[in-house]
Amino acid sequence: MTETVLLVEHLSRSFGDIHAVKDVNLNVQPGQIYGLVGPDGAGKTTALRLICGAFKPDQGSVKICGFSLLDKAEQARERIGYLSQQFSLYEDLTVLENIRFLAEVRGMAHDEWLPRSRENLAFVGLDVFKNRLAGQLSGGMKQKLGLACALVNRPRLLLLDEPTTGVDPVTRQDFWQLVIRLAGELGMAVLVCTPYMDEASRCSRVGFIRKGKIIQEGTPSQLRQLLTGRILELKGDPVPLLLEMARRDTDVQDAQRFGEQIHLRVAEGRARTVKRRLDREIRSSGGTVRSLQEIPPLLEDVFIELAGTPQEARDE
Amino acid sequence: MKQRLLSLIRKEFIQIVRDPRTLVLTLIYPVAMLFLLGYAITNDVRNIPLAVLDRDHSGQSRALLDAYRSSDYFKLEYYITGEDEMNYLIESNLARAAIIIPPDYGREIVAGRTGTVAFIIDGSDPNVAGTALTAAVMVGQSQATKIVASRTMRPVQSQLPVDVRTQVWYNPGMITAYYMIPALIGMILQFLTTFLTSTSIVRERERGTIEQLIVTPIRSWEMVAGKMLPYVLIAFFDMVEILVVGVLLFNVPINGSLVLLLILSCLFLITTLGIGLLISTVANTQQEAMLTTMFTLLPSIFLSGFMFPLAAMPTFLQVVSYAIPLRYFLIITRGIVLKGTGASVLIPEILALCFFALLVMAATAVRFRKQLD
Repeated sequence: MTETVLLVEHLSRSFGDIHAVKDVNLNVQPGQIYGLVGPDGAGKTTALRLICGAFKPDQGSVKICGFSLLDKAEQARERIGYLSQQFSLYEDLTVLENIRFLAEVRGMAHDEWLPRSRENLAFVGLDVFKNRLAGQLSGGMKQKLGLACALVNRPRLLLLDEPTTGVDPVTRQDFWQLVIRLAGELGMAVLVCTPYMDEASRCSRVGFIRKGKIIQEGTPSQLRQLLTGRILELKGDPVPLLLEMARRDTDVQDAQRFGEQIHLRVAEGRARTVKRRLDREIRSSGGTVRSLQEIPPLLEDVFIELAGTPQEARDE
Repeated sequence: MKQRLLSLIRKEFIQIVRDPRTLVLTLIYPVAMLFLLGYAITNDVRNIPLAVLDRDHSGQSRALLDAYRSSDYFKLEYYITGEDEMNYLIESNLARAAIIIPPDYGREIVAGRTGTVAFIIDGSDPNVAGTALTAAVMVGQSQATKIVASRTMRPVQSQLPVDVRTQVWYNPGMITAYYMIPALIGMILQFLTTFLTSTSIVRERERGTIEQLIVTPIRSWEMVAGKMLPYVLIAFFDMVEILVVGVLLFNVPINGSLVLLLILSCLFLITTLGIGLLISTVANTQQEAMLTTMFTLLPSIFLSGFMFPLAAMPTFLQVVSYAIPLRYFLIITRGIVLKGTGASVLIPEILALCFFALLVMAATAVRFRKQLD
């Protein structure tokens, strides 16, 4: 049996009458990459800040490697590496000075942090910039420096808050390769918030958070299975007419255009009915249907289904 | 623990050095202020421009004018012929006082009677007017004594039934700079240190760096001490600078123990740096912190006894002044520098400063919870 790195139980926090985080439970094992996804304002960042101890919870507990954040804060914090959404290192310190500072305040001795930070900087590809002021790094390099700093004391738990927002695709790839290696080679547990579904699909588990609550949880493929048989792909001409007809159909919950094709999400068990009906109606309105078939759902589709329309979100 | 504190201090120092403009300002500001205030804040009024309307033109009137001239208090700038001219000179601030000698002045004195002169003083600046008034009377009286002596052909001996012999201690020359410079040390240090630290924690919050600090195992008190100690050093350097300039440029004698002065200054510095940090934990932006500091410190200029003697204030304000740490420090600096006072006499003030230092530090550590909200 492996030890649980992060155990979150009944975590709640409200600001005024807004319940930012409501009864969140998490269990992250070594080597696991747990993705927390959800629409903007769902409470991802607040949840992460509660877990790293920047906010105090109203209720619930956070345990890191068995140490409670409440009464063993120092031991718990020594095991966390945290990369916040906005750059939170010192712009007037150099790359190496930043790492050194964060290593030392986390209790590392000189002969320990120096080789480690060299290693980490090489790992994230910043070793040639070690004497540059952090403020003079590009956005992607800053995130990598943030990662190098977060990793310097080999934390058991790595918390990443939208680490690749505003970073170019190549750097994003690099960044994720690093994270996957950390989890795989060092058995680090990673908790990452992300708005990107391609990133979520790289996680070993994904929790979907909405209005402060985790409403769905599972591996990416488990989540995709929720929509098996409910996603249709429609190809034909003219596309605007097809989109309009699809949206008018009562059993179609959502229709999105992706280039020359349209993705439909239909109500459960209605795929066959929709296929027949829509095909007929489009032809009778003068359009052509080249193909209309079920496709395997993407995590993106699940996200849209779970996020609900803004109207639904308000009505709840 | 010790390592965490040292790393914090090291980091602060690197940041201070990377911002050379602020550093230079920090080191030059106190001396520049001392220079300015040391010369500007002086109540020693000399060379008051005087308009002279001499209608007598006798040997007697010339003797009287010579007496005023040689007193140094007045500068006989304008010799005028009419009262219109006098009105104009005083109204336009060219002359601050005027003397009118009537045509029969010399004759009356020669005849053994009393010669009367009029002395007009511009009272719009009470400071100048006060000096002018005293000097006018004093010079007149000594001239009168001389005249009486020449009439009787022998020195006037204690014709007055009461003879008050005054003796001024500590600052016999009554030089304002001697009184103000020790106080300036306190004033300048207070402003400088409070401003320096008031932005320090807010800056971390504004730049988002606080988020990373919170997640580290740093404790609140380590944070507070780490922010404060580098500035204690800088402020201490500033203080030595002020003392050196005060002694070399303004010739302020330090009569008491320099060591005692330095130790007690550190005590005061901890209080003022702490006030800055406390403001820093409350304020949301650097701007807000600066303004709060300004409003917090301004009353101390008036209520600490820096400019106006506390004894002359209404009881209510005197009570308020007990809440101002600078009040106690001014008593200490003036005491040590001017009177050579020892620690035993200053115990109430030292205790008061200790109390403030502890209060402010505790409040800061409590306020600075390691939380974002």
